[in-house]
Amino acid sequence: MRFDTVIIGGGLAGLVAGISLQQAGRSTAIVSTGQNALHFFSGSFESMKEAPERLTALFAGAGIRVHYNPGVRLTPLGTFREAELSLEDISLFPEAKFADKALLACVPGYLDFFPAFLAEGLEKQGIQCRLCSLDLPEELQDGSVERRSVQLARLVDRDWKKIVQQIRLMIQDEDAVILPQLFGLQDASVPEHLRQEIPARVVFAGTMPPSIPGIRTQRLLKRRYEVLGGTYLGGDEAVEAQVEGNKILSVRTHNLEAHALEASHFILASGGFFSKGLRSNPFRVWEPVFGVDVDFDEDRNAWYNEEFVGDQPYMQYGVRTDVTLHPLVDGQPRGNLYAIGSVLGGTRPELGSGAGLAIRTAFLAVDKILESL
Amino acid sequence: MDPREFDVIILGGGVVGAGTMRDCAMRGLRALLIERADIATGASGRNHGLLHSGARYAVNDPESAAECIAENQILRRIAAHCIEPTGGLFISLPEDDLSYQHTFVEACRKAGIGAEIIDPKLAREMEPSVNPDLIGAVRVPDASVDPFRLCASNMLDAKLRGAQVRLRTEVTGFIREGDTIRGVHTRNVQTGRETDYYAPVVVNACGVWGQEVAQMAGVQVGMFPSKGALLIFAHRVNNMVINRCRKPSNADILVPGDTVCIIGTTSTRIPLENCHKVSVTPDEVTLLVTEGAKLTPALSETRILRAFAGVRPLVSDDNDPTGRNISRGIVCLDHETRDGLKGFVTITGGKLTTYRLMAEMATDLVCSKLGVNKACETATTPLPGSEGRSYEELARQIWEAPSTAQKAATARLGSVVSEVPKRSRQDEALVCECEEVPVWEVNNAFERMGVSSLTDLRRRTRVGMGTCQGEFCACRAAGLLAKAQDCAARERADLLKFMGERWKGNFPIGWGESLREAEYTQWVYKHVLGL
Repeated sequence: MRFDTVIIGGGLAGLVAGISLQQAGRSTAIVSTGQNALHFFSGSFESMKEAPERLTALFAGAGIRVHYNPGVRLTPLGTFREAELSLEDISLFPEAKFADKALLACVPGYLDFFPAFLAEGLEKQGIQCRLCSLDLPEELQDGSVERRSVQLARLVDRDWKKIVQQIRLMIQDEDAVILPQLFGLQDASVPEHLRQEIPARVVFAGTMPPSIPGIRTQRLLKRRYEVLGGTYLGGDEAVEAQVEGNKILSVRTHNLEAHALEASHFILASGGFFSKGLRSNPFRVWEPVFGVDVDFDEDRNAWYNEEFVGDQPYMQYGVRTDVTLHPLVDGQPRGNLYAIGSVLGGTRPELGSGAGLAIRTAFLAVDKILESL
Repeated sequence: MDPREFDVIILGGGVVGAGTMRDCAMRGLRALLIERADIATGASGRNHGLLHSGARYAVNDPESAAECIAENQILRRIAAHCIEPTGGLFISLPEDDLSYQHTFVEACRKAGIGAEIIDPKLAREMEPSVNPDLIGAVRVPDASVDPFRLCASNMLDAKLRGAQVRLRTEVTGFIREGDTIRGVHTRNVQTGRETDYYAPVVVNACGVWGQEVAQMAGVQVGMFPSKGALLIFAHRVNNMVINRCRKPSNADILVPGDTVCIIGTTSTRIPLENCHKVSVTPDEVTLLVTEGAKLTPALSETRILRAFAGVRPLVSDDNDPTGRNISRGIVCLDHETRDGLKGFVTITGGKLTTYRLMAEMATDLVCSKLGVNKACETATTPLPGSEGRSYEELARQIWEAPSTAQKAATARLGSVVSEVPKRSRQDEALVCECEEVPVWEVNNAFERMGVSSLTDLRRRTRVGMGTCQGEFCACRAAGLLAKAQDCAARERADLLKFMGERWKGNFPIGWGESLREAEYTQWVYKHVLGL
């Protein structure tokens, strides 16, 4: 099978690159194991300080609306973090005191949402909180009692009108209503409906992963990619590359066995340790598909900060590249391979981290590929 | 009666303190236990979880061996829900001297330990994970024990019998009149509140910290702390305890426990002032993995969950301040006859396996001082939760067709499980998926087991001990605790502390799957949850 570009990794970086290339008329394939960092996306794009017209347009094409309002976002534990750009249903406030009184809606038995922390954090900002309970069927459709985000998300998308009615009855003089981020998994328009129908400012507060806005984003981007004609190989894993000189000729995957994926360009968007883009043993860190150079400390004692919340040196480890993101092997760039997103770790600090790094490097690699014939 | 007056005050909430408290309560004494931190925070909670058969000590320390086998048999009866009768093997490998096996078996027989030489082939059938190169095997009645559960059960029973517990309370000084101890000054470390408690006898059961406490009372007890490093593996690769049949050495015991197994240990003398902050070095990790793989080759391929270290409270033989004669046996000191200080007793040394005997010895001494003439009954009275039936039978009585989570909770709580309130069907939801801990068990720990932090909760329920190391369950439990005790601000700080404590045991083994999990956890807590 031959493509213009083969992309390893179906997370934010891989999908943004794939969609851009398809839009430019290139034929591409994405090899994705399935899970990626979008499944625990906060909904705000880390390190995106500039107004991102190109990203906004790309997302709009996929049916995802984002907004750019530098300020702060509310975290699931009731603290505030700086953010500039986020999905439309994730509120950004110019300052933490975004209301006078808030009605905080909890789902009884749902342990992955933290009303006690939220209330305490908001009251610290001078926002008075009143807790209320949403009345949902005690047993979920599958008969389980575990109330986890994805099960509840299916339920609330279907019954969002009933939830609006309940809130309308419970609200008093509150100028804000806080709901868990459970809406819009199947129908992306539900969060907007809630905002229009509830007579106060609606704020969706985050939950423990999996992130419903993140999963929705992943689904919509994947659908957009496929609509544009991209070949999405889900549940598959790149295992090995065929190399000639400084060029990658093809990549073999676990499921396709003998049928190698040939291409003129390859993009490595396989993520960090969690996504298995980087692997480690007690002695080293390596990149498993192309075996390109990885920056890491030889002495394992230097990998960690003993403080849990401190900056962790191992998180900075990643694939070493030249200025145009070509990974190096023994110092020599692989001319038709690009590394983007978290697989870079902190080796290119000027390009940001998290979602910002993924998007910026995806566009950089795409532009380079489009410059070539 | 003054609520600050007791018959006996016990210092230290480890298993010896808890056992002594129970024994005192059973003999009709009004007992108070004071603990600076939480239950089982010292050596009681930082060990293999091995219920020794005594075989390990048979050759070098026959007295300890005999104590161990006697207590091993007693605890199987009185603490059944804390013990898993796994059995144990002492294996000889090609590099070991097989003739030691005969010395070993002979010594076991003398100590009264049923040690049976078996065909290596049979050993491989009984324990398929064992090193297939073994040239000899001896079967012994080793077992595994959950020390947290054991400690909590002793405390629970003592409380039911009227004894009281003050956790998070430190002793700041002794109330002394002439040559007699009359009580203690204390301070609650959370609230700062100071209280004096009075009793005619005070028992020092502070383990390795017993030296400082004795000093405060004006007497000398020479502790020689010895650090031991251990590793927890994420899977239970073995079903029987596996030991090396040779002179005791580093990393030669592998103990299965619940869903995991633990390899250890090492032995390093450390200064007393370092006992609070022991940690495991990369070299120790390498040693434990290398030696462990000799017992069970699968260990070299098994994910390590965490590394931890404990400090053995070794004590010098009485009146030998040089420490040349260190005893691994039980030391029970009557400071009246030894130092002329009335009303003060120290119980130390010993082992987890012999905690009950230590408690009996201390309580006998307390009773003789108080003129109480009542025999010890702890060897025959089961702990709450251990009255007979198997956990599976118990669970079936309550739920008819119990889920694995309901069975797991029953295994943890024993027969006490039937008394725990389950308010709604949603209370059955799991807080911790790795260890299958439901909401009602967590609430029970908040309300009736003196929990005020996530670490306290972990010791009583295993929340956060599983494969995810608190990634998912810590936050859920923190949410429940914040709500139950209306303490969101405190709980946010507690969650951070708990994750920090989990990380302390994770980074020494931070590679492969453990590093994957760590990256995820650290990203989520910092960037998503905003901790």
